[in-house]
Amino acid sequence: MLWQITVYPADPQHDRLAHQVANSVRLGVLGLNDQSMSGFQIASAHGFLLQGDLDLATVKKIATKLLTESAVERFEVSRVGDSSEENVEAGHLVYVLPKPGVTDAQADSALAAIQLLGATPSAARTFRRFQVTGLTNEEAQLLASRLLANESIEQVVFGPLQIKQLEIDNRYEFALTRVALREAGDDQLREINQAFQLSLNLVEMQTIQAHFRQLDRDPTDIELETIAQTWSEHCSHKTLAGRIDYCDEHGERHFNNMLKETIFAATQNIRKQLGERDWCVSVFKDNAGVIKFDDQLNLTFKVETHNRPTAIEPYGGANTGIGGVIRDTLGTGMGAKPLCNTDVFCFGDPNTQTRDLPPGVMHPRRIMQGVVSGVRDYGNRMGIPTINGAVFFDQRYLGNPLVFCGNVGMIPQEHSFKQPQHNDLIVSVGGRTGRDGIRGATFSSAELTESSEQTSSGAVQIGNPIIEKIVVDVVLEARDRGLYHAITDCGAGGFSSAVGEMGEEIGAEVWLDKAPLKYQGLSYTEIWISEAQERMVCSVPESHWEEFRDLCMSEGVEATVIGRFVPTGRLQLKYHDNIVGDLDLEFLHQGRPATIRQAEYAPSASLPLSTPSCFLPGESLLSILSSLNVASKHWIIRQYDHEVLGRSVIKPLVGSRNDGPSDAAVIRPRLDSQRGAVIACGMNPYFGDFDTYHMAASSINEAIRNCVAVGADPSRIAILDNFCWGFTDRPTTLGSLVRAALACRDIAEAYGTPFISGKDSLNNEFSYLDSSGKRQTISIPATLLISALGQVADVNQCVTMDFKQAGSLIYQLGQTHAELGGSHFSLVHQLTGGQVPQVDAGSSKALFAAVHQAIIFGWIKACHDLSEGGLSVALAEMSLAGDLGCEVELDSITFDRMRACDVERAQPEYKTIVQLFSESNSRFVVEVATEHQSLFEQHFGDLCQAIGRVQTIPRVTITSQGNPIIDLTIEQIRHAWQRPLDLGGEYQNGDLQ
Amino acid sequence: MSVPNVMVLRAPGTNCDEETAFAFEQAGGRAERIHINRLLEQPRVLEAFQIVCIPGGFSYGDDIAAGRILANQLMAKIADSLRAFRDAGKLILGICNGFQVLIKSGLLIDEGEQGFDATLTWNLSGRYEDRWVHLQTGDTSCVFLKDIEGMYLPIAHAEGRFAIRNREVFTDLADKGQLALCYARATAESDVEASDKKRCGSRDPNSIYKFPTNPNGSTGNVAGLCDVTGRVFGMMPHPERFIERTQHPHWTRLDHDVSIDGRKIFENAVRLFH
Repeated sequence: MLWQITVYPADPQHDRLAHQVANSVRLGVLGLNDQSMSGFQIASAHGFLLQGDLDLATVKKIATKLLTESAVERFEVSRVGDSSEENVEAGHLVYVLPKPGVTDAQADSALAAIQLLGATPSAARTFRRFQVTGLTNEEAQLLASRLLANESIEQVVFGPLQIKQLEIDNRYEFALTRVALREAGDDQLREINQAFQLSLNLVEMQTIQAHFRQLDRDPTDIELETIAQTWSEHCSHKTLAGRIDYCDEHGERHFNNMLKETIFAATQNIRKQLGERDWCVSVFKDNAGVIKFDDQLNLTFKVETHNRPTAIEPYGGANTGIGGVIRDTLGTGMGAKPLCNTDVFCFGDPNTQTRDLPPGVMHPRRIMQGVVSGVRDYGNRMGIPTINGAVFFDQRYLGNPLVFCGNVGMIPQEHSFKQPQHNDLIVSVGGRTGRDGIRGATFSSAELTESSEQTSSGAVQIGNPIIEKIVVDVVLEARDRGLYHAITDCGAGGFSSAVGEMGEEIGAEVWLDKAPLKYQGLSYTEIWISEAQERMVCSVPESHWEEFRDLCMSEGVEATVIGRFVPTGRLQLKYHDNIVGDLDLEFLHQGRPATIRQAEYAPSASLPLSTPSCFLPGESLLSILSSLNVASKHWIIRQYDHEVLGRSVIKPLVGSRNDGPSDAAVIRPRLDSQRGAVIACGMNPYFGDFDTYHMAASSINEAIRNCVAVGADPSRIAILDNFCWGFTDRPTTLGSLVRAALACRDIAEAYGTPFISGKDSLNNEFSYLDSSGKRQTISIPATLLISALGQVADVNQCVTMDFKQAGSLIYQLGQTHAELGGSHFSLVHQLTGGQVPQVDAGSSKALFAAVHQAIIFGWIKACHDLSEGGLSVALAEMSLAGDLGCEVELDSITFDRMRACDVERAQPEYKTIVQLFSESNSRFVVEVATEHQSLFEQHFGDLCQAIGRVQTIPRVTITSQGNPIIDLTIEQIRHAWQRPLDLGGEYQNGDLQ
Repeated sequence: MSVPNVMVLRAPGTNCDEETAFAFEQAGGRAERIHINRLLEQPRVLEAFQIVCIPGGFSYGDDIAAGRILANQLMAKIADSLRAFRDAGKLILGICNGFQVLIKSGLLIDEGEQGFDATLTWNLSGRYEDRWVHLQTGDTSCVFLKDIEGMYLPIAHAEGRFAIRNREVFTDLADKGQLALCYARATAESDVEASDKKRCGSRDPNSIYKFPTNPNGSTGNVAGLCDVTGRVFGMMPHPERFIERTQHPHWTRLDHDVSIDGRKIFENAVRLFH
């Protein structure tokens, strides 16, 4: 018997689901015409399908006691397809159900809970149902696929449900697959590569062929897949850690391992210089970088990208992105405790018209909403605060949205390293293995096309944060009891990568039939490469296995022995009694052929800044404040729990109304200590359009100055790199990346700021056929995210960016240059040319140290870094956050005009533009109490320029040579800044006091 | 007895247990985090404790409805033990998800034929929200709120809107003094207008503040509910997130002697056993 329990919002309760859909339709996500829009109506219900030998009274009891909130909901019980409230004539009836095999956590929970009520249904499934009126069939289809369902994981059914039973009987008949590789010609090798979605190049295929010719046998499918996973860009970083011939205006250079010779080298040099004071613990080795925090604790930090899955399925992609990076923390050393998340996104303009979208591209607004919900639901449910982030908008991200997920963890010093031992058991802990996420590692290394949505939906994973939460709880307990020798996460490549990496120096035998499955029907290869979420692999000595298993069981976590690390130097894969794979680990990890890639960079000729057609400084400021990259992200921030774990010190929104943009977040890793960790980031793809060297230098500078602005010690900041680039087989694209890496080396070394971990995501290009049938390609701009982890000795010394007190003095710190190339002033005025901001490492290092000292001395009441929009935006933000105005005079801000060209200098308003809007690096605005004036001025000398005072009058007033040039009320500023991304309508309906 | 033992009950998805236990410790209690499986197997574990706290989080992933699964487990297996615990003069506190569990488990309000007459359900905004709110206590004998008039604390939830079947339910709760905590306006830092006093537990459930003063659209601005004994209390805001000065969202603007509102809840609970 299959019962349907349909749950409706009771009158007069709000139909939340329908409301959300209607909102998106109104915003034009479907591109409906006005007529359809006006007739459109929608009502929602949700419910459960219960299968089993149950009578009507029992089902009604289950519905009343468990499945509905009777105070706000009502329900109807019927046989499937017999619901009396289905009205097919009045429009469209749309059911949305999880596809068979896709995790349905709600249904699983319901099944367990129903048993406590004394009934035992055999299966359950959830559904959502929509009654839609006013649309044509075509429009309803569009609505269903774009807004109601996510067809990579859900199925849509029009009309009443016709399902007979929920289980799918899908047994797997074992058959060993061998791939005829030895006799294959090059064309056939390419075909095999394509057919198995291996994402390998011809030379790599030939190398594998040669290897098996030598062995005098053909590989099995699982062997081929294992090699492809291990050699994938995602797992091995073969491009950046490979050989590169690079040339730029300084000549030619050859790298044997580009990353090692640039970014890693800088870290090694810094560590050498620090000598005994070296505070790095483990860099570029483990799942995350590890640094010292205090006498007992180390901190871990890792930022991952999850771009490809997000383009196909934003919610699941972002959801599992954050889930994955949390497992990186848990898989670092012997397991670190996750402390906080950081998330950075790059999207196309959410206001893009549907008709302007390339085929196969999801609307950026839908991507953004999906991504934010995905991060929210995973982070919040895990109970890990999301405390820092950024969003960057540019149309070049339309086909390739970027999602960076980071996590900071803490780990006792003695647990910071791991070593699996011979004959340890290989234990899978946590979630079960399903078909989800198959070939994610190879997929994430390939270019997206308009058909990616169809071919790659297996690569989409769906997370279950509660499973991961209980895994974290149990693993940390097992770590403290010393129950295992090593741990790593199942990420890209699943067991294949986790076991392959862990057993690299020993050897492993894996019993694939032992892995617990979500459902039957998986082949041995699917089990091996599945990227099902929430799984960790532990190396457990036989003597501790029982205690380990019992501990896991006591908290409801599944732990299963799936093999053993045997000292053979081979990776042997078995399915029952059959050997399905037998690979030499040396070949697997070292056998990948080195390709030499060409990289070139030709700096573009510098052009003068074009002239704005009309310049009204106040209008320019408001436009910049309203521009998407600068505008308030409160709609996102407030959906994240940023305070769970009770460690929050500086929150993402600060100031008298909790609405000012903080430069960085601060937490106390230990509840019983005042020592703080500071998290910030820096990124500016627009600068990369001019010169990726200066972009990288500026991003590092920005990440560091954000940390310093809240009080971090600049000599104790660690940074991470995340390179997201276009197609790096193109020498100019690879060249722009190498150039950025060179800047990373130079600036990191000059600052003594080590990179401790990093990750790259290459080939972020989207290709499609345009309306005339021509193939078009959009490449993302060169995007380098620098994430910073700083430290502060006593959080009570921290400073926020909001103006605190009328009458205080305002200073600008640091040197302004005529640097408007890639600036937001240029963006809002659509200007081209100009000089891109550069970094003077020597002087800025001294400035950072001076700011830090002044903060410790207590002279700085408020501090804000100057970035997008320059001085004017910084002042506006400090005023709105503090609800205090300011009166500022620009004349003391001088700059070196030599950086500008004659055309620019000839503009009458040129000087003001530079003073207000230049985005020169290494600058801050600070508020200083009058009593500290002389000490402060002595301390900074030439580096500070007194520019004005904080005032009670709620206006930002800026003058130049006695003439007022900007005079705006704080309300005008707040309005401009808060509305553009106020997607929840917070500032339209609220009664803000 | 001087130092009460506090059971911080954790279930799969509970995630505020560590800081909640810490808050009780700071207030002078002796806190232990106990897994629900242990309590369900051995309900007598309860006897060693004076306070039970169900902390915030997403027990069982908020599946079906927030708090529902854990509430269902408590009701099916140890409802009598928990009632006996309360009747012995001991305390039960539910914070956020813990409040959702308590209201759905019959420890705050009774279950009728059609189910419960009141619940916590989706925020009117339809979104999860992390935000600091001003609060005011009602006319209540709630032990946890002794000598507290107003508080400034963060909420962080998606399903925190207090909703009722009909007006009579609200009147009844008000009459019994169960409407213990309400969202309120503020004039200055955590100062609550005197005129608000009558709004908390007022006779008109539909007279509510707009967002964000009432952050979720709760009926009658209700943010917390106690049972008729005053010893069982559920609240949506998170007091454990404000037990240090530097947890206040604009502590950098405030004097050193700022009132640390969350601490008082834990101190009141612990002090009952001094």
